Amino acid sequence: MRNLFKIAFRNLLRYKRRTLLTASLVTLGIVFVLLFVSITGSFKSMMIGQMTDSMLGHLQVHRKGYLASIDNLPLNLNLKMQAYKKLEGILNQQLEIEAISPRIKFGGMFSTFVETTNIRLNGVYPDRELKTVPLLPSRVTNARGTSLEKGEIWIPELMSKSMKVNVGDTVVIIATNKDGSVNGKQFKVAGVLESITGPGGRDGYIHIDDAMEVLRMEEMEVSEIAIRLKDFGRLQGFSDKLEGILSGELNKQGKPMFEVHTWEKLSPFYNIARMIDIMAFFIKLMLIAIVLISIMNVMIMAVYERIREIGTIAAIGTLPGKILSLFVLEGLSLGVLGVVAGNILGFIIITILNFSKMTFSFGRQTGLILSAQVAPMDMVVISLIVIVISVIASLQPALKASRMEPIKALRHV
Amino acid sequence: MGLVVAENITKIYSVVATKVSKDYQAGEIAIRALNEVSFEIEPASFVSFVGPSGSGKTTLLNLIGCLDKPTEGKLEVAGTDVLHLDRKQSAAFRGNNLGFIFQDFNLLPVLTVFENIEYPLLMVQNIPGGERKKRIMTLLEAVGMIEQKDKFPDQISGGQKQRVAIARALVTNPKLVLADEPTANLDHKTAFMVLESMKKMRNEFQTTFIFSTHDQKIVGEAEIVYSLEDGELVGKQVKGGEKNA
Repeated sequence: MRNLFKIAFRNLLRYKRRTLLTASLVTLGIVFVLLFVSITGSFKSMMIGQMTDSMLGHLQVHRKGYLASIDNLPLNLNLKMQAYKKLEGILNQQLEIEAISPRIKFGGMFSTFVETTNIRLNGVYPDRELKTVPLLPSRVTNARGTSLEKGEIWIPELMSKSMKVNVGDTVVIIATNKDGSVNGKQFKVAGVLESITGPGGRDGYIHIDDAMEVLRMEEMEVSEIAIRLKDFGRLQGFSDKLEGILSGELNKQGKPMFEVHTWEKLSPFYNIARMIDIMAFFIKLMLIAIVLISIMNVMIMAVYERIREIGTIAAIGTLPGKILSLFVLEGLSLGVLGVVAGNILGFIIITILNFSKMTFSFGRQTGLILSAQVAPMDMVVISLIVIVISVIASLQPALKASRMEPIKALRHV
Repeated sequence: MGLVVAENITKIYSVVATKVSKDYQAGEIAIRALNEVSFEIEPASFVSFVGPSGSGKTTLLNLIGCLDKPTEGKLEVAGTDVLHLDRKQSAAFRGNNLGFIFQDFNLLPVLTVFENIEYPLLMVQNIPGGERKKRIMTLLEAVGMIEQKDKFPDQISGGQKQRVAIARALVTNPKLVLADEPTANLDHKTAFMVLESMKKMRNEFQTTFIFSTHDQKIVGEAEIVYSLEDGELVGKQVKGGEKNA
C-alpha cells in the first residue's frame, strides 16, 4: 500500500500545476463551507441562546391543551396547585435539570392613568426565573437593579416609548380572573424590557405573588413551568424522557395531565434555524459537486494521458485490482491534500474573524460580536465527505484503467 | 515447461504453437494476420522473428505474451495452454512467467531506474525487501547501470533505457522474455550493445529470448531466425545449421 501511495503521489507531482489547481479548488470549497457553517452556526447559536436564555427556557411543561390556546392565555387551563406540586416533585428528581421557573401568564390592561393599552404579563419568582433564563437581566434597561420586588413591574420597551412611561413611574394593571371578576393593582415601573425580536413585544414581568393577587387566586396555579437544562445538547433526549415520565400522570378522565414542549415548538424562530441548516446542507452539496467534478476531471485526464503506461504495467502482470487502487489512491491523495489545506486555511480565517471582533445585529439587538466557531465534529464530517467523494470521483476513471486491454493500451499513441 | 512426447523422447519447450491463426475484424472484413503458424522454441534459445511490416511479427509476439488470443490453433507457453486463461489469470501468468521489452522502452517516468526494475517484484510478485534488492543489484551490475540507479528515465539515454528495460524484464526470473522491435529506436551501435546485453543475460540466466525485428543487420545476432510473410511462417534458419523453407 505504501508503494501504491508513493506512485500515486509522484504521479500527482508530475502535473504540478494541475494538481495545485484542483487541490486549490477543493481547499477553497472546504474553506467556504467551514466559514459558512461557523458563521451561520454562531448566528444560530446566538439566536437560540437569546430565545432560550432570555425568554423561553430550554423547554416548558404545560397542562394538556394549553399550547393550542396559548394566544388567549387561558386561565382555566392553568395547572392546579396539586398538579403543580406533583410536577415540581418529578422535575426536582431529574438530574439533567439546572433550574425551573413556574409562571402565571395572563393578559391584562396597562394604564398610566392617562392612557390604557393591553399587556401580556408573566408572574414569576424573580430568583428562579433568573436562574432559568439567565440572560433576562441583559434585556432590562433603565433598571434600578436586576431584582424584581413585589409591587414592581418590568414593562416592554414598546409601551415605555409609546406611552412615555419611565422607571419609577406608577402604573395600574387591571385583569379579569377566570371567574370573570375584574381586579386592579398599582405597580412601580422597575425596568424596561428590550424586545429580542423587534417591535411588537408586549410581555411584562411581575412577581408571582402580585399575579396571584391581581387574579385573586386563593391558592397558586401556574400556566407553565420553564426548564433550564445543565446540557443544552441533551435537550431532545431529555424531552423524550420527560414525556415518557409524564405520560403516566393521568387526570380524572384518564387522559395525560401534562404536555412537554421544547423551545423549537414554542418559537417561530425555529424555522429560521431550520433554514440555516437547510442552507448549510445545500452549501455542502455544492462542495460535493465541486470535489466530484474537479477530481473526476483530473482523473479522467490522468487515465487518458497514461494509457500506454497502463498498458505497460498491465503487460508486465499488474493485476486489474492494483491498477484500480493506483488511480483511486491518486484521487484520494488529491482529496486529502485539499482537506488538509482547507482545514488549516479555514481554521486560520475563522481565528482571524474572531480576533477582529466583527459585529452584527439580531432583531433590535445591535453590536453582537460574531463568534464564529466550527465544531471538531463538523470538520471531521466535512473532511470525510470530501475524502469519500474523492474516492467516488476516482472510481470511474480507475475502473476504466483497470479494465483496459493491455494490447490496445500499448498501441495507443 | 511444455512437454511434447515424440518417439518415446520427452522434450521440453518454451513455446509450442500448433496451427495458430489470428483474425482481426476491420469493419465487416476479417483480416487474417496469422495463418496456421506452427513452431517450437526450446528453452534458453535466442530466437528472432523477422519479416516486413504487416507480416505478423507483433501479432505473434502478442499471442505468445498472452496479450491476445489466437482465433484458431493451440498455443502452449512455458507449459501452459494459454488459450483458456481469463483476464486475471493471464495477468498473473505474465507476471510470473514472462518478461517484456518494448520498442519505446516503456519505463515508468515517475520511478527511478532502481524503482522501475523493482516494480514487478513489488507490485506483481511481492518479493521481500532483502531478496528484491539483491536481485536488482545483480541485474544493474549485469546491464552496467549501477551508476545510474537513482536517475529517472528522462535523465538517461535510449540505450540505457533499453538496458533498464532488459533488467526489468529479467528481474522476476521469467521463463521467457519477449521483445518487440527492441532496437527500432536505437542507433546501430547501441542496438548491437543492447542485443549483446540480451545475449549475455540469456547465457547468465538461461532465459529464452524471443524478439522481432525487420532490421536485417541485427537479425544475424539471433541463433534461430523464423521468417514471416503475410502471416505465414516461410522459413527457419538456425545459425550454423540447416535452413528450412
